Amino acid sequence: MTALCEIRQLAVTYRGETMPALKGIDLDILGGERLAIIGESGSGKSTFARALAGLLPDGAAVAGSLRWSTGQPRAGRDIGFVFQDPSASLNPVLTVGEQVAEGARRHLGLSRRQGEARALEMLERVHIPDPAKALHAFPHQLSGGQRQRVAIAAALAARPGLLIADEPTSALDMVVQAEIVTLLDELVREGGMTLVFVTHDIALASGFADRVAIFRDGMLVETGATGTVLAKPQAAYTAALIASHRDLATPPLIREAGR
Amino acid sequence: MRLLRKLLRTPEGAIGLGLLAVLALVALFAPVLAPGDPLRIAGRALTAPFTDPAFPLGTDRLGRDVLAGIVHGARTSLLVGLAAACAALAIGLCVGLAAGFAGGIVDEALMRVVDAFQIVPSFLLALAFVSVIGASVPVVVLAIALGAWADPARLTRAQVLSVRERDYVASARVVGMHPVEIAFREILPNVLPPVLALAAIIVAAAILTEAALSFLGLGDPNIVTWGSLIAEGRNVLRSSPFLSVFPGLALVVTVVAVYLFSEGLGKALSSRGGAA
Amino acid sequence: MNRALRLLRRRAVGSIPVLLIVVVLTFLLLEAAAGDAVDAYLLSIGGGDAAIAQSLRASYGLDQSMAARLWLYLSSLARLDLGWSVAFDRPVRDLILERLPNTLLLMGSATALSFAIGSALGIVAGARPGSGRDRVLSTVSLVLYAIPSFWLGLVLSIVFAVQLRWLPTSGIETIASGRTGLSRAADIAAHLALPVATLTLVYMALFLRVMRAGMAEVWELDFVLFAQSKGLSRARIVLRHVARNALLPLVTMLGLQSAAMLGGSVVIESIFAIPGFGRLAQEAVSGRDTALLTGIIVVSAVLVILVNLAIDIVYAALDPRVGASERGA
Repeated sequence: MTALCEIRQLAVTYRGETMPALKGIDLDILGGERLAIIGESGSGKSTFARALAGLLPDGAAVAGSLRWSTGQPRAGRDIGFVFQDPSASLNPVLTVGEQVAEGARRHLGLSRRQGEARALEMLERVHIPDPAKALHAFPHQLSGGQRQRVAIAAALAARPGLLIADEPTSALDMVVQAEIVTLLDELVREGGMTLVFVTHDIALASGFADRVAIFRDGMLVETGATGTVLAKPQAAYTAALIASHRDLATPPLIREAGR
Repeated sequence: MRLLRKLLRTPEGAIGLGLLAVLALVALFAPVLAPGDPLRIAGRALTAPFTDPAFPLGTDRLGRDVLAGIVHGARTSLLVGLAAACAALAIGLCVGLAAGFAGGIVDEALMRVVDAFQIVPSFLLALAFVSVIGASVPVVVLAIALGAWADPARLTRAQVLSVRERDYVASARVVGMHPVEIAFREILPNVLPPVLALAAIIVAAAILTEAALSFLGLGDPNIVTWGSLIAEGRNVLRSSPFLSVFPGLALVVTVVAVYLFSEGLGKALSSRGGAA
Repeated sequence: MNRALRLLRRRAVGSIPVLLIVVVLTFLLLEAAAGDAVDAYLLSIGGGDAAIAQSLRASYGLDQSMAARLWLYLSSLARLDLGWSVAFDRPVRDLILERLPNTLLLMGSATALSFAIGSALGIVAGARPGSGRDRVLSTVSLVLYAIPSFWLGLVLSIVFAVQLRWLPTSGIETIASGRTGLSRAADIAAHLALPVATLTLVYMALFLRVMRAGMAEVWELDFVLFAQSKGLSRARIVLRHVARNALLPLVTMLGLQSAAMLGGSVVIESIFAIPGFGRLAQEAVSGRDTALLTGIIVVSAVLVILVNLAIDIVYAALDPRVGASERGA
């Protein structure tokens, strides 16, 4: 696999802050892989995700380079982003259908009717119950898990090559978490997309990620194939993370939901 | 105080406070700046402004000094504005606290009364009140306050309802504090900031309402107010428009000063790091 | 539609006790008048003796107890009879119905214009909070909102009617001109241009500030970032996502301001000599006509209630969350 994006010495400091959120990150994102960014609160993992997607707030100082093999990516067209809180991601006054279709209409030049058809198709792919009805529903009428599915559908509507998911399951119940992760796994595989999955839960990531990158205090601690890192962690911090999550019950939960 | 310094650091707060200070000084020292009765005939009638150094802003139909009128009028505007706002806030706070605390049918009944006062246009209410009781400064203050207390009442009640359930109130109750003491020691300090922000708006509205009432001839007839000056100037609008223009400018400057001060205050209050 | 109707009915029913309180309190306040309409009337005709005063009072029912008169008033109100105006010697209801359309035309146009222009400019300012454009618009709106409407009316009058002579200074139409149809409409429009412009300038400032403030708040919400992550055009984000949500507090403000705007009609109609509802209030005050004044206040309250009900419907149409039961986690 070739590198989709080469990240060299990426550093980010938010406006008004003295401490940098990210300090000199060197990382490659390989095309078609599923990469998990793992870290605790304050590790800089969300900042990394947003820097990658170009969603940092105004005034944030960025240093270093992000070299993309396919040229500068455009939001929505090349990169899809899924946020942590599905209740906050969706505009409360617009219908689900409109919000799923808008990205596709913008980037694929679809008409209203074509956009609606695409939205229906996407809602079916994310396994929303009764997708035709959901098209005209409003976000507050759906459950948390359903809203996250809608958000995923909306992020992927314009067929981006890269999907970045920033803790997409942290606000959801355990069982729903497993469903969403399985869904992401399935969609990424079907679409031949690259997935960057940010999480604090190493056990969750271990169930489906090809590679993991461990973040701590704005720095990259360790990176490598999931199996290798979990079995033989190089850094003490990684070992500590693994130790605190040694729960044999968790991986089977994910594989069970995938049935 | 720290709050004052924060206020002065914002451009709005600094300009607003500065202007208000100047206005307050003018109002306070009116008898010194323009000695004598401003309603007395001082010179030739309808002197144009900026022509006679004795009457920098000219004179009106009867030869009364416009500048003296404006300087003395500042007293009425500021006094009525502040007094009416205080009265409205006092009534509103009491009703809001009572409603928020009592709950149940008392709350319902009080809120219907608040609704009633919010539905009637406050200017019409003030108009009716002044016409019935008679025009004098205390009556005008009360009339404006009657039209303005409903909003603070509603806000106070909302604040009380949200604060009442919080942990520090529950702990006070557990410790055995008397409900009235809880109301004043725990709840009131946390209810006040948003209500105070509303206060500045009420002052501005009160100043404008007082001006409108005097303009219509419903203010206190024995004193000079900016509204009465504008009304007086209306008689010679075609020939000497300046008579109405200058007092109006004074009103605009005053109200702008109040708004700026309120914006500065809002910024200073919100930038305060995590109190309570 | 069902949701809206249910809400409407609940609100309408809830307004009745409030209206009752308004009527009772107004009646009590105005009856506290020292010296009533009969005195004022007698004063205006140059005096009269006690016997005439007594018989006048008896004929207008002004000699009974407070409670009896209140009851009488409430029962006539139920029959939509608002009493008799001593100053004009006509039924109050007729007077009000005659004057109300002029005020509604004036206020309606001013509200529509100020809302449209104010929100449009508010969107321009709120599209980029903190920008130069925003600061200029915010400052201008601050000053405009500080201007007393009656003074602005006078100033505009001086400039456009007196100095430039483009527009008439007073009245609602040229008297006895015999115009009909389009020509009459144009005449009325010319007469209303200045008062409407005055009110529009003042209220537009308010709507601008509310829209701008609303948008500044909405920009902070996550769904805006999500929309940006989808790569949508800036125009779509500003209009369909940010402004569309900021519209909600703006509509609420419109409802809250309706009472103030009705009150504001008094001074404007006075300045421009528009024979409207507000001017009628002033005339009622100078004529010490308590029945007329009471009627005016009661009708104002009803109007405000009706406007608020309409606003509630509009709000429910704009916000799908209203009246819906929360389903799902």
